Amino acid sequence: MIISVASGKGGTGKTTVATNLAVSMGTGVQLLDCDVEEPNAHLFVSPKIEQSETVFTAVPEIDTDKCTFCRKCSDICRFNVIAIAGKTILTFSELCHSCGGCMAVCPEEAITEVGRDLGQLEQGTFDAGEFVHGRLRIGEAMSPPLIKKVREQIKPGKISIIDAPPGTSCPVIAAMKDTDFVLMVTEPTPFGLHDLKLAVEAVKMLGIPHGLVINRSDMGNDDVWQYARAENLPILMEIPFDRAIAEAYSRGRLIVEAMPAWKGKFQELFSRIEQLSKARENRN
Amino acid sequence: MKELVILSGKGGTGKTSLTAAFASVAENGVLCDADVDAADLHLLMHPDVREKTDFMGGNIAKIDAEKCTMCGQCIDLCRFDAIRDDFVVDEIDCEGCGVCVDLCPEQAIDFPVVKCGEWFISDTRFGAMVHARLGIAEENSGKLVTLVRQEAKKLAEAKHMELIITDGPPGVGCPVIASVGGATALLVVTEPTVSGLHDMQRLLELAAHFKVPSMVCVNKFDLNMEQTAAIETLAAEKGIPFVGKIPFDPEFVKSMVVGKTILEYRQEGELSSTIKQIWKRIQENL
Repeated sequence: MIISVASGKGGTGKTTVATNLAVSMGTGVQLLDCDVEEPNAHLFVSPKIEQSETVFTAVPEIDTDKCTFCRKCSDICRFNVIAIAGKTILTFSELCHSCGGCMAVCPEEAITEVGRDLGQLEQGTFDAGEFVHGRLRIGEAMSPPLIKKVREQIKPGKISIIDAPPGTSCPVIAAMKDTDFVLMVTEPTPFGLHDLKLAVEAVKMLGIPHGLVINRSDMGNDDVWQYARAENLPILMEIPFDRAIAEAYSRGRLIVEAMPAWKGKFQELFSRIEQLSKARENRN
Repeated sequence: MKELVILSGKGGTGKTSLTAAFASVAENGVLCDADVDAADLHLLMHPDVREKTDFMGGNIAKIDAEKCTMCGQCIDLCRFDAIRDDFVVDEIDCEGCGVCVDLCPEQAIDFPVVKCGEWFISDTRFGAMVHARLGIAEENSGKLVTLVRQEAKKLAEAKHMELIITDGPPGVGCPVIASVGGATALLVVTEPTVSGLHDMQRLLELAAHFKVPSMVCVNKFDLNMEQTAAIETLAAEKGIPFVGKIPFDPEFVKSMVVGKTILEYRQEGELSSTIKQIWKRIQENL
């Protein structure tokens, strides 16, 4: 079962929920941090990293000895990667989406693929099981291919928890698509609700069952509860603002460490997620 | 003309609340919301939209079932697994590369341009604002960020404005890279947490990579004084101006609930003078 934790707005508590949920499950869990631009889960679960590899995406390299400057490659490329002026070829590989079009059309077989460094894929273990995250190389713009690489490490049959990036565009979609349940973390503020609505639209578009966690639930107004009722969105957990939680978070400590009573609540949260996704399966 | 871009790395540190506060005291400025993916600045600015334009982002492949012979070449060519076995393109997975379009032996694939969002020029009580809304699950957020920043610049030039204040997106990827290029300076709003510090460091690396000067301020500084001190030390070591620190204050949420900037909500008092002082230091460093 794959659970993704998403939010729309940043800083609502995705990582807090994903990490506390993971450690409350005991053992045999997989925690995957797909917020590859700013991965933070490792700061809270202190994994022992056992494996690290650089992830590459394919970009073209043109052999100028074989090239006849026919321009077929630059014509097919929609991302302006290949510029040809006379007998000079310039490739802007940082713009490349690795579609392979240039290689497919080159009549001279003058194009080979080399790698552009996207970042690091790191794997290891933590108290509750396996840990995987990606760290996007600074200066690299495209995170979805690295997110997909992190997700390739998911082992079927396990409980896999994905910490997703904020927003509603391609990186979040890459993190949530084809997961079994999306847990949406929000705060009851106008910003939180506005961005939650966008995230709910995205999840509905993907057709994934979902539920809500309201963080800092006593700081804001009631609009998010009204919205949840109107949208028939189950509220699975509420976490009130507590300075002790905020201070524990600031030091990289989990809620369940600072206040062990919360462990039961996170276990209950998992049971409710399980029920909701099973109910969905039975309906299908 | 100068452009201050407000970023954070980590989400939820208070970028938008501070952008709005600065907008309420800045004179002669244009506002720009470059967080096109989850734009929130309008919730405090209540813009009066003057111009609305469609954002035509990229193209999406569309297979004409009547011409398609189901030869399977497009499925083999597509690196994004966007073409299903029944020869229908998954619009979410389609990258818009057009490889299938060009190489289909039957020329059965169309490649229409799709609307990916909208952008707006608006009036607010603090002056003109350029903002946008990217469609749900869309790509090309970087392109839209570049577009709203260019439009803000044009508007500032036309109105003889000296300053653009840009509210940026979280992270360090595509939309952030699009927000950084050509900026006069970045204001990094961080918080005194392990995540805040970690994400700020990655953002400062990005700023250095693109050779854009930064300054740093800490929001909710009293949640962890040691982390705040660590952030100040780090800024000093890197020679980055530290422009101030703001206490944790539930008044920010209260002002947001009534749709006002913090400086409108609390015109007097320590919090308001702290923020005004920070704005003064930002201007000195811009």
